[in-house]
Amino acid sequence: MSVLDIPFGVLPRTTDTAGLPVPAPLADSDRKPLTKKEISADHPTWCPGCGDFSVLALYFKLIEKRKMHHEKVTTVAGIGCSSRFPYFVQAHGAHFIHGRALPFATGVALSRPDLHVCVFGGDGDAFSIGGNHFTHTARKNVKLTYVVMDNNVYGLTKNQTSPTSPLGFKSKTDVWGAKDRPINPIKQAICAGATFVARTSHTNPNHVLQMMEAAMDHDGFSFIQCLSECVEFYPGAFDNSNPRKGGKFDLVPADHDVTDEYAAYKLAEDLAPGKFGVIYKASRPTKNANEQAIINDHQSKVAGLAPWQILQKNFDRMK
Amino acid sequence: MSAVAESGQSAGGQPPITRVSEAIIRIAGNSQDGIQAIGGFLARLAGRSEQEVMTFMTIPSTISGGPSIFQVRIGSGEVQSAGDEADMLLAFYQHSYDNHLSSLKLGGIVLYDSDHVTEFKPENLDKYRHVAVPISSKTVEAIGGSGRDKGKNVFALGLLARIYDLDLDKLKRLVAERFAGKDPKIAETAIMAFDAGYSFQLQDLLKSYQLEHSQKKIGRPQVVMNGNEAIAYGLVAAGVRFGAGYPITPWSDIMEILRRELPKYGGSFQQCEDEIASISMAIGASWGGRVAVTGSSGPGISLKTEALGWACMAEMPLVVVDIQRGGPSTGMPTNIEQSDLNIACFGGHGDSPRVVIAPATVEDCFYSAIEAVNIARKFSTPVILLSDQGIATRIEAFPEPDLKAICQDITPDFSPVADHKPYDLAAADGITRHLAPGTRVGSGKYPVVTGLEHDELGHPTGSPKLHLQMTAKRRNKLKKLGQELPKPVVYGPAEGQVLLVSWGSAQGPVREAVDKFRSLGDAVSAVHVKYINPLPEGLAEIFKGFRHIFVVELTDEGLYGYGQFAAVLRARYCDPKIKGITKVDGLTWKVKEIVDRVRAGIAAANQASQA
Repeated sequence: MSVLDIPFGVLPRTTDTAGLPVPAPLADSDRKPLTKKEISADHPTWCPGCGDFSVLALYFKLIEKRKMHHEKVTTVAGIGCSSRFPYFVQAHGAHFIHGRALPFATGVALSRPDLHVCVFGGDGDAFSIGGNHFTHTARKNVKLTYVVMDNNVYGLTKNQTSPTSPLGFKSKTDVWGAKDRPINPIKQAICAGATFVARTSHTNPNHVLQMMEAAMDHDGFSFIQCLSECVEFYPGAFDNSNPRKGGKFDLVPADHDVTDEYAAYKLAEDLAPGKFGVIYKASRPTKNANEQAIINDHQSKVAGLAPWQILQKNFDRMK
Repeated sequence: MSAVAESGQSAGGQPPITRVSEAIIRIAGNSQDGIQAIGGFLARLAGRSEQEVMTFMTIPSTISGGPSIFQVRIGSGEVQSAGDEADMLLAFYQHSYDNHLSSLKLGGIVLYDSDHVTEFKPENLDKYRHVAVPISSKTVEAIGGSGRDKGKNVFALGLLARIYDLDLDKLKRLVAERFAGKDPKIAETAIMAFDAGYSFQLQDLLKSYQLEHSQKKIGRPQVVMNGNEAIAYGLVAAGVRFGAGYPITPWSDIMEILRRELPKYGGSFQQCEDEIASISMAIGASWGGRVAVTGSSGPGISLKTEALGWACMAEMPLVVVDIQRGGPSTGMPTNIEQSDLNIACFGGHGDSPRVVIAPATVEDCFYSAIEAVNIARKFSTPVILLSDQGIATRIEAFPEPDLKAICQDITPDFSPVADHKPYDLAAADGITRHLAPGTRVGSGKYPVVTGLEHDELGHPTGSPKLHLQMTAKRRNKLKKLGQELPKPVVYGPAEGQVLLVSWGSAQGPVREAVDKFRSLGDAVSAVHVKYINPLPEGLAEIFKGFRHIFVVELTDEGLYGYGQFAAVLRARYCDPKIKGITKVDGLTWKVKEIVDRVRAGIAAANQASQA
């Protein structure tokens, strides 16, 4: 081996500023809950009136209400207007590449079971470039929450057709109106095997918070389609679900059986404006639990052995 | 096979024994015949006998099998390549005989299955010693005659044990170990087939051979494995506990091993929906606090490059294994090539410096994997471990590593800090240090990791000044690494006529070529470069000592007549002496090829200087 040998274990962490006290490990109960000021970071770069503001405000509210501490908040996003999210939250966050937020978040979730990862993104990130990952993260039932702020248009790149743009929607890439059948995110999620599928809209803050809380409490892959209006490129997109604009915010009927996959699928038939609330919910072992079971099983067979001794057993068989 | 001594003794009908210092045996058949198993047994036997061993194999890329070979070179001295010409060819079929007879040295022995090989050219009968054995029918006879010839590989192993006077006890123990745990009848049948082969009367063969005992005395017993196994176990030893990948030849067996092994250590390896997801997942886990691994071969590496660029930009530790195969595109999936050097060093948009290390041998794979992990951690950077199909599949014996001393505990530290800026421009060593999520920061200011150009806390910036500073930061830390790397050492005298430069798996055959030249009185030396990006210091001084420099590599000569690494060296050292010796036939270097090409290269250079 070479001069590149470095001491085993953790590396020294720099920039512990002199004068600042290193926080003592305190019991969570002894720490004060966070205020909105403490949890907000950069000022959002969204256009005035953007629906994403309310989703961010409600994420803050969720953190406050759940008395979460800074270090436990883990926010991950891909690329798009809504994916700027992690910069606005004063907590550990990652702004990854376009469409790949879910596999990144899966890497965090599987290697750090102590954290609940919240992933934010838009419809292009989720259903176009990241479509494959949406399907597989759902089917594997990775324990994390995915909030898709769906505005039915590409905003960051300024007005191109998105996978959820309705037929006839006029954009810079479909000046004559969109011809491709849009994706139905709810049906997509149910078919892929998501175990928690909900719909909400930025225009109804209480409902958004309610859905986020339910998603956080779900043991598995929880998906929320949150309609979030792009005032710049698709104003009025969701007026039909906004009572203030003459629309109707129709809740999922009280008698709907959320565990009935076919009923859920049927309920998602028409999303213009469609029903709001938890549409489907199932209980299935999570990826995290399945992997932990494999680990437990394997570790029980090598109990009491140091890692080098486990490896030694392999090497002994190669002599 | 170089004969050392011959004893005239013919004991009990045994042909007389000739002592040899090495043997090169080529076994040719179909991939489903278990010929890899014969090679594996021979390699492990050599390992247990403190002999050096190296193997070479080809496997068809078709699903249901096809022609396949396994070559084993066992020696009591240093073995650096799988050998140019075989001493013995074991041919199971007519096509094996027809296609591989030319790999045999003149006067070599061809042992063929007379149930299948029936056509011979008269001139070949004079050139090679032909020994007929009805391998298929004798195997069926020995194991009870089910009409199936499964087990003929073990029968053939028995034949070879007889011819090479191999250690019967050790070999039988290996066979028994291999089949242990399965139905006891299978192990019994295997031993029956082996015994039948061993006791078969080889009336056509005039003498048998005995390998000399190894001169080298090594303190530790040897372990025998292939390069992919060495990488996988090296990563485990380094403390890696999470990885993600997608199946592709010849990388897949690394992910299979890690998937199977990591749970024992509390870790896991994920098979993903695609190459992009797998690198993304590994990066996510690295951010989670502990350097993770992903890997692939050429086509998959192409897909990973965008995310790799993110890891360069965010300065995230990560190990990416690239087991190179013939390219471009789907190319030659089961053949060797070194043509991923450019994508490993430069693949990606923007200026995205990363580390590239290329192991030379199976043993080097084990230690390079640990080094890759430690460089990734120390310099907070992605590291590409650039191996190839040749090392991946070949088997070597090497002294068992001291695992107790080597195995690392790299459990992340989540203890609180007062304040932290991951991209601290004032950091004394200039190197980024991340905080894993879950770490409390006293100042209440939390870092973000991003692919956007960023400030010291990771928040996005459009500042020209910060882009300059951060670009320099990412570049300078690797320059610092280049200064810390061990300087390359010349193989042979430091001055001479010709210097051969090798990287990756070309090291062995290049060194053998140097030995060959030196034995003929030619002033040829070699230098092997393991650290491809950044380059270590000291190469310019070495180059000064020679008139001709040839970079021997398995890439195309390119538009301008230089292989990929030669082009890098020419750009770095502006030395017109640097020329390339390249080929892309999908096969490893033969020593003779290198020697001939060097001679031709010198002749061409001399002609050019006279003109």
